[in-house]
Amino acid sequence: MTAVLEVKDLQIGFGGVKAVDGLSFSVHEKEIIAVIGPNGAGKTSAFNCITGFYKPTAGSVTLKGQNITGKRPADIAAAGVTRTFQNLRLFPDLTVLDNVRAGMHLYGGQSWFDAILHTPRFRRSENRYSDEAHHWLDFVGYRGPRGVPIRNLSYGQQKQVEIARALARKADLLLLDEPAAGLNFSEKQVLLSLCRRIRELGTAIVLIEHDMGLVMELSERIVVMNFGREIADGTPAEVKANPAVIEAYLGKDDEEVPSHGDA
Amino acid sequence: MTQLLWDGLFVGSFYALIALGYSMVYGIIKLLNFAHGDIYMLGAFIGFAALTSFGGIPASLSIGALIVVMMLSMLLTGGAGVLIERLAYRPLRGAPRLAVLITAVGVSFSLEYGVAAIAGPNPRAFPVRLEGDVFDVLGARISLPQIILMLIAAALMVLLNFYIQKTSTGRAMRSISLDRNASLLMGINVNAVITRTFFIGSALAGAAGVMAGAYYGKIDFLMGFIIGLKAFTAAVIGGIGNIKGAMLGGLVLGLVEAFGSEWFGGQWRDVFAFGVLILFLTLRPTGILGERVTERV
Amino acid sequence: MSTSVDKTRTRPRSNSAGAKLSRFMESPKIGWVAFAIALLMPFIIATPYALNVMTTAAIFVLLASGLNIVVGYCGLLDLGYIAFMAVGAYTAGIVAKSFQLPLLFTIPAVIVMTILAGLIIGAPTLRLRSDYLAIVTLGFGEITRITANNLSITGGPSGIFGIPGLLEIGGIDLQEPAIFYYVTVVVVALFVLAAARLGKSRLGRAWRFVREDEDAAEAMGIHTYKVKLMAYIFGAIWGGFGGILFAAHLTAVSPQSFVFLQSALVLMAVVLGGMGNMRGVVIGALVISLLPELLRDLSDYRYLAFGILLVVVMVFRPQGFWPARGFEPERPAPNEAATESEPAPPKEAIR
Repeated sequence: MTAVLEVKDLQIGFGGVKAVDGLSFSVHEKEIIAVIGPNGAGKTSAFNCITGFYKPTAGSVTLKGQNITGKRPADIAAAGVTRTFQNLRLFPDLTVLDNVRAGMHLYGGQSWFDAILHTPRFRRSENRYSDEAHHWLDFVGYRGPRGVPIRNLSYGQQKQVEIARALARKADLLLLDEPAAGLNFSEKQVLLSLCRRIRELGTAIVLIEHDMGLVMELSERIVVMNFGREIADGTPAEVKANPAVIEAYLGKDDEEVPSHGDA
Repeated sequence: MTQLLWDGLFVGSFYALIALGYSMVYGIIKLLNFAHGDIYMLGAFIGFAALTSFGGIPASLSIGALIVVMMLSMLLTGGAGVLIERLAYRPLRGAPRLAVLITAVGVSFSLEYGVAAIAGPNPRAFPVRLEGDVFDVLGARISLPQIILMLIAAALMVLLNFYIQKTSTGRAMRSISLDRNASLLMGINVNAVITRTFFIGSALAGAAGVMAGAYYGKIDFLMGFIIGLKAFTAAVIGGIGNIKGAMLGGLVLGLVEAFGSEWFGGQWRDVFAFGVLILFLTLRPTGILGERVTERV
Repeated sequence: MSTSVDKTRTRPRSNSAGAKLSRFMESPKIGWVAFAIALLMPFIIATPYALNVMTTAAIFVLLASGLNIVVGYCGLLDLGYIAFMAVGAYTAGIVAKSFQLPLLFTIPAVIVMTILAGLIIGAPTLRLRSDYLAIVTLGFGEITRITANNLSITGGPSGIFGIPGLLEIGGIDLQEPAIFYYVTVVVVALFVLAAARLGKSRLGRAWRFVREDEDAAEAMGIHTYKVKLMAYIFGAIWGGFGGILFAAHLTAVSPQSFVFLQSALVLMAVVLGGMGNMRGVVIGALVISLLPELLRDLSDYRYLAFGILLVVVMVFRPQGFWPARGFEPERPAPNEAATESEPAPPKEAIR
């Protein structure tokens, strides 16, 4: 089975600080992989390198055998990667439907010439944009209004729309940056089943997440990062038992010398 | 050759004085204050009004009178800058950049045509003209007023640099330009510092306006437009947000213009300056002294 | 759950006069009504002066609709927009005069030159941050004017005069003021319609995505640089056609017509009318161009008033007087049932 995504020895630094320092992992078809680690471990920086928002200083990113290292974000999206952002990045003044249509930009189907003349081709393509936008909103279980500007919606609804927008891209790989942050228990259950349904569409998922319960239940493999370095890569059970991971999360016992200190 | 160097440095010191205000404001609130050039124009007109109301001024007193009027003008333009910030820019803090820029254009427009409505649209002759002996230094003709004006400009810049480097307000300015929210959390009164920044920047532009009026002898309500653009160019050349960069950028731009118009003809002077601006923005948008920063998502 | 509630909130059905008016303003008929009024105007008032003013206003509408593509749709502040009109007017004037052609035949040359100008200005600057872009366009506007002022091919400070008319066919001279007014109105209406349609297409949406959040747009595969360049080029072409009409109207072109003031006025029309909403922009353009004619006595203060108005609008009503609607119908009726089914696979391959 060929890998959908293959990250090899990825590195990026900001003025001397190595945010990501030698990250390697691969994602196979229909896999769900979690990237975990303490805050500041370099998870989001790694996502930004994979999607082209940062230019990695070393290493390579390969998507289905195609080298996409250091390309522009739009080209990487066209190659088949789609993502959500840690702090929602929607288009606040545009309607819910238009936000989802953004994910369909690459479908094409009309030129500016069609648009000016309102050719049948234009109408067909516009209908398709609307139909599919509705479809993806249904798919993520969105129940709010659809014709209103997105800034009027609740946080949970906005998160749903952002996933719908990413899905509308119909990419091979979906990167979710903290999809469960700010969600309550039942919303997290909905997210869980949504991720499984996305997998059934044939899309591999990599997610950054802090909710360990969700991560353990959902992912086939877990990549653990700390201080930009990858300290573990394995099944949930393996990672749970890995001493390096435990150390990263709980600290090393003998490091805290003054026991009466600021524990 | 030395003549070109001198001319360039002289004009450049004007640019530097105005570029400072541009750069300071940009450094602190990331706003391109389009109205800044018009503050310079306002300064010239305030000087004009003050000097006219004094009546005739004997030539022997002109330097003294000019400095007094310049102080007055600095005070008033500084106040105008503060007022503009209060009324037009502060309500829009946090608004989209486009809205703020358009507001700045509106302010610029209001100042220009406000002055035109009051003082009339035709150029006015400045009541005091600086005249003086002309020296010959290494083949360059240098006049006394030029030396005086450059000394004033240099003194203002040294003063400003001292203020920013050594006083607590200066420290606060620098910290706000690095991180406004963190500064707020550290107990810095951000609004007060922004007000002061506008005051200082506008006062410097006002001083430059009076000096330009006295040197060139003619002022009009659109005189700030081109010079505002050039001051911005100077700020970009030096590295926008960087105080020393603005000074350096002003001098560099003055020199570039002097040599450019010598080689290509005076009518292309402005084209040349903008060409440099576009070149810098495309090739090195951080300017000579600016640092490269990776913008984070 | 809250769908029905939100639906009623977004579509108020009160029958007050204000609500009726605003519903009328949003209806597609309004364009036709405006067009009809424009066509009927000469029957109401047809003095040479009035025709002149109305023709100028119509050309101004064309410029505003072009700038709306750049500023309103795409969010790129262009402070030197009048330069594109200058390029159009000079190209048309020079070509028509040197080859003794009717202006109509200069259209291809004008399109080529304005696209070129759009590329020259846009290509290096559209990678910059938005505020840098504003000042660079301001600089380019000035460069264009100064260049026209200094070259001999453009006639220097006195410009070009005696430009041939649009066209003469079968004894009908399109230069005759009333006929020229009609030609202008039709051309302008077509361009406004085209711009509005562009705004509601895939490209128009991409412009808005870029305006709202460039990073998010990139992440969705939108090549922000190309999309911005497209906005710029369309804006340039609209400006170029404004230039042709301008040259035909005055039969002369000179650098004084292309000062920053003009760029600022077009921008005001767009901002006051409502950035991104073509209807608002048309109204804004008519107000900005006709109001000074109605208030001649206050001419000393009109620009001051415009400037203050601009600030006041930005502070209190940044979306303009007649903003883009921001709503669309909730759901097309036939699609109501389609929910849990798989999406139809894309028919066209992804480009």
